[in-house]
Amino acid sequence: MVSIAMNKRYCIHNMMNKMIGYILYGFLGVFLCQIPPVFAKDYDYINISNPFLKKTPVAVTEFKASHGHAVEVKDGKTAQRILIEALDFTGYLKTMNPVSFLSNPADSGIQLGQINFRDWTGIGAELLITGEIIEAQGRVSFKLRLFDTFNTKLLVGKVYSGNRSQIRRMIHLFCAEISHALTGKWGVFNSKIVFVSTVDGKKEIFTCDFDGQNVKQITAHKSISLSPSWSSDGNWLAYVSYARGKPEIFIKNLKENRGAIIDYKGMNISPNWMPGQLKLAAALSFSGDQEIYLLTLKGEIIKRITNSWGIDVSPKFSPDGRKIAFTSKRTGTPQIHIKDMESGSVQRLTFKGANNTSPAWSPDGRNIAYVGIEDNRIDIFIVNIDKGLPVQLTMNAGDNEDPSWSSDGSLLAFSSTRDGGSPKLFVMNASGSDQRKLLSLKGRQTQPAWSVSMGSDN
Amino acid sequence: MKNSVWINLVMAILVAGLFFTVSCAKKTIVSDATTIEDQAKLEADAKAKAEAAEAMAKAKADAARIAQQNLEDQMTSERALTEAKTMAAKKRFENQDIHFEFDSSQLSSMAKMLLKEKAAWLKANPSIFVTIEGHCDERGTTEYNLALGDRRATVAKAYLVDLGVSVSRLNTISYGEEKPLDWGKTEAAYRANRRAHFVID
Repeated sequence: MVSIAMNKRYCIHNMMNKMIGYILYGFLGVFLCQIPPVFAKDYDYINISNPFLKKTPVAVTEFKASHGHAVEVKDGKTAQRILIEALDFTGYLKTMNPVSFLSNPADSGIQLGQINFRDWTGIGAELLITGEIIEAQGRVSFKLRLFDTFNTKLLVGKVYSGNRSQIRRMIHLFCAEISHALTGKWGVFNSKIVFVSTVDGKKEIFTCDFDGQNVKQITAHKSISLSPSWSSDGNWLAYVSYARGKPEIFIKNLKENRGAIIDYKGMNISPNWMPGQLKLAAALSFSGDQEIYLLTLKGEIIKRITNSWGIDVSPKFSPDGRKIAFTSKRTGTPQIHIKDMESGSVQRLTFKGANNTSPAWSPDGRNIAYVGIEDNRIDIFIVNIDKGLPVQLTMNAGDNEDPSWSSDGSLLAFSSTRDGGSPKLFVMNASGSDQRKLLSLKGRQTQPAWSVSMGSDN
Repeated sequence: MKNSVWINLVMAILVAGLFFTVSCAKKTIVSDATTIEDQAKLEADAKAKAEAAEAMAKAKADAARIAQQNLEDQMTSERALTEAKTMAAKKRFENQDIHFEFDSSQLSSMAKMLLKEKAAWLKANPSIFVTIEGHCDERGTTEYNLALGDRRATVAKAYLVDLGVSVSRLNTISYGEEKPLDWGKTEAAYRANRRAHFVID
């Protein structure tokens, strides 16, 4: 698959703008924060971590069929549908109803200069996407463009080519470009989610695409398998399984037939990969106490990370790998703590409530999502690691557990019993808005973990 | 005359003596008959006696057999009783979970009492090896509950070791919230699920 920038000059120009944007942001960040984030600066159109984010309306127009044959037209419609669904999934874009469109670029022209932007600003479309599909002998090409309608500007122009089976992939690569142009991040479109689901009452490990599509069963231990974690290169999974009797950590390469089992005496649980390295933190109890250790890929102990009597569990590395958030009962109730790996100092993060567990570090390192129990209600909270004021993200909707951030920090996946008792997977925006079901699958789904963007040439 | 009186008297005595003698001789014969009669009677008596003795012996043997049987029955029933008691003790050891408060691995006085009973049983059955399972109710997250279950099992094991049970006979495993006894969402269900369970290996 090849992706070519359609307008080299635009790219360079845009890069300059980005640099200027960064520098300006550096100087003026304090003053700029009062200005609405959309269009606040040339580069960062949308600040996805803004909790008061208004969704930006985007018009996705019909794809022009280059030859106009039936298969091409059909694939063009499929591609447009995939594009609309992916953009709506972001939580910061809102695709518009085509009924309101005043013109059809598929007929009148899809390039800058052929588009009457007043047709789009007039109906409130801040962004416009045009597309063309060229299909011959099973090869499909797309020419895709994203325009800023108010500034009458091309933001992204890309050509993608591939087999018909790769249409979804090509559209998602374009979505990543859109995301990058608007938010500075590549987005979730090429990421996967690993999770636990029951099969005939036995917990197995599964994966699916970011949007709940392409569900695949990874394990068939017919036992209890739990707590899957991706390595940061997306090639390895670590998970807990009782396949051999007691809880052990299974390490599995997803591409080659390689792996290891960490089987110290007692429990071997809650694995988490160190960013950028093939090392992992996990809770082991061979000493008689539940402590967190840093381990090699083969399970050899590099060092002991926690050293306090009582439960220490659920380690989560900060995105820079320098700190570890974890659940500890050292103060009498389970609370989230943060350990600085270099200095060794430990700070307590959560103070509100008597039961705070399952930390999940946001990709920008600023926030930690976690699970809090109050009055028998289990909900997801988020807390800024500097300010320490928790915000409740779920409420009055069943029990909510296992928060996991998307790699761009815009979304949180979680499990919830709101839909009839059995836990199912849900997704919400990082601000807690737009809580929606990720996938409909039989059985009980828990412990989603979001991968980084995978196999993309971004 | 007087002399004749004496002769008469003597004669009378003699005759009487004669009579007596005759009577004696006759008596011998009678006596013989009697003897014969007695022999038959004796034989009958003896036979009866033998029969009686035989019956007696038989009765005695029966009684002994019955007694033996009774003894055996008693022993069997005693053995059965002992076995039943042993089984009941074993069942009780296996089925009587110890329970915990929410988010706690502290042993209650009830739990300690049950553990003392279990320690005594383990000491009386030195060939038994045991796995202690730690379980939690569904509140709390999967990983924290795995650690809490581990702690519950470990705490129960440590108490048994303190009471003199060899550490090599005790294994622990945590199931966290993965194997609830009761899937209900009531306090009673939660209480039943917060447990250490004892399994004979």
